[in-house]
Amino acid sequence: MRDLLTTDGLGRDEATAILDTADELKRTLLGREVRKLPTLRGRTVITMFYENSTRTRVSFEIAGKWMSADVVNVSAGGSSVGKGESLRDTALTLSAAGADCVIVRHPASGAPHRLSGWLADTRTSVVNAGDGMHEHPTQALLDAATLRERLGGIEGRRIAIVGDVLHSRVARSNVHLLTTLGAEVVLVAPPTLVPRGVEQWPVTTAFDLDSQLPGLDAVMMLRVQAERMRGGFFPSAREYSIAYGLSEKRLAMLPDHAVVLHPGPMLRGMEIASPVADSPRAAVTDQVSNGVHVRMAVLYHLLAGEEL
Amino acid sequence: MAPPRGAAAPAERELLSAGDVARTIARMAHQVIEKTALDGPVSPAAADSGAGGDVAGPPLPPVLLGIPTRGTPLAHRLAARIEEFSGVAVPAGALDVTLYRDDLRRKPTRPLEETDVPAGGIDDRVVILVDDVLFSGRTVRSALDALSDHGRPRAVQLAALVDRGHRELPIRADYVGKNVPTSRTEEVSVLLAETDGRDAVLIRGQ
Repeated sequence: MRDLLTTDGLGRDEATAILDTADELKRTLLGREVRKLPTLRGRTVITMFYENSTRTRVSFEIAGKWMSADVVNVSAGGSSVGKGESLRDTALTLSAAGADCVIVRHPASGAPHRLSGWLADTRTSVVNAGDGMHEHPTQALLDAATLRERLGGIEGRRIAIVGDVLHSRVARSNVHLLTTLGAEVVLVAPPTLVPRGVEQWPVTTAFDLDSQLPGLDAVMMLRVQAERMRGGFFPSAREYSIAYGLSEKRLAMLPDHAVVLHPGPMLRGMEIASPVADSPRAAVTDQVSNGVHVRMAVLYHLLAGEEL
Repeated sequence: MAPPRGAAAPAERELLSAGDVARTIARMAHQVIEKTALDGPVSPAAADSGAGGDVAGPPLPPVLLGIPTRGTPLAHRLAARIEEFSGVAVPAGALDVTLYRDDLRRKPTRPLEETDVPAGGIDDRVVILVDDVLFSGRTVRSALDALSDHGRPRAVQLAALVDRGHRELPIRADYVGKNVPTSRTEEVSVLLAETDGRDAVLIRGQ
């Protein structure tokens, strides 16, 4: 594997290999005094974030450091991007400076693909850490790792992705990955937040949440992305919350084994009620800690083997 | 260490039969018991009841850590034999060294194997690393590094079912099942029932 740009087209074997590696990493690091592996010594990883992020940037940084890579963080604000440098020039600069891997988050869908093309002749790998409304592959991988852990597997499980599917790169990446891994995915959203072309996706769509709940193995709540919304997608936050928020009453309608995921940051009281977010049924903190192991696994698969 | 290839390869010889493998493991178990003084001044019975009373108390039994793939079942078999002969239960586990190898960049990405350090940990214990074939010594070097990230053993020893020579590092085994002089181009394969369906040690090629 050279780049990780999307989960669309990521094969079942390859995805499973990454998840298995993440499991072993988690197991080998569990309860150790020294959480540091020498595996990526001498490799340089640069994170390049053109959009705000806490957990993704931090978990990539921790992942790199736990594997002994040198991690350098570049943010759009503090770099030459502010002086008008193009994405291409910034990427070529980082590659020339010795980056073995560039991890990029960008508000424009497709930016990592362009980057990967510009860097094709270099030895620099590209990881998509979220691009616009397109994809966020490592989030889907960490969600899959969490689901495997909580449900014992993904094959044949019924998983709902609920809320602002239209603006959600998390939803897109999860649809591809979870269906590749054999899950049955149902999107639940108000009609205004269902993406166009959804009938081509390997999913079913529903507008009513309550009727779906009893048949689910997992429910993935999405953040309502106000920053990407221009105009009224729903009448009011309160109305959205009543129709699509995961309340305690709705939690009770889920089967006992069902697990609640949220990619964060959570808007408590909007898409998820506070007591639900804090309940043991919610795997939100597991998702974050699995995120580190999954990103270590991705870096391992990209950087540890012989150069292609 | 080297994965077994197809059955009818040219010039393949059996070094150890299934019976030989079993006897060899039993002999190694006796050597471990002797060397780590498991049957020492304190009888196993006393050690079991915990009624020490003696000067220093019974020594903690060693921890056996197999290096995957085939070191792991070997470690468990060795532990079972040691318990059978000495009456002392010996914890066994697995230590994957993939993340510590010095040749990662020379091969396609390797999948990770299982690491399973017994619950008591390895601090202040004698750890015996168990591998199927001892060759260059580089795997053992990786294992020593991996071990130091898991804790600080009192001592580390090495057991190998086959020592085929050609060391590239200053490493030697404390317990050797069989010394086999080989040429570098020969391939030594250990087969175990757990991983390969039968027990045998084979040598192949010129």
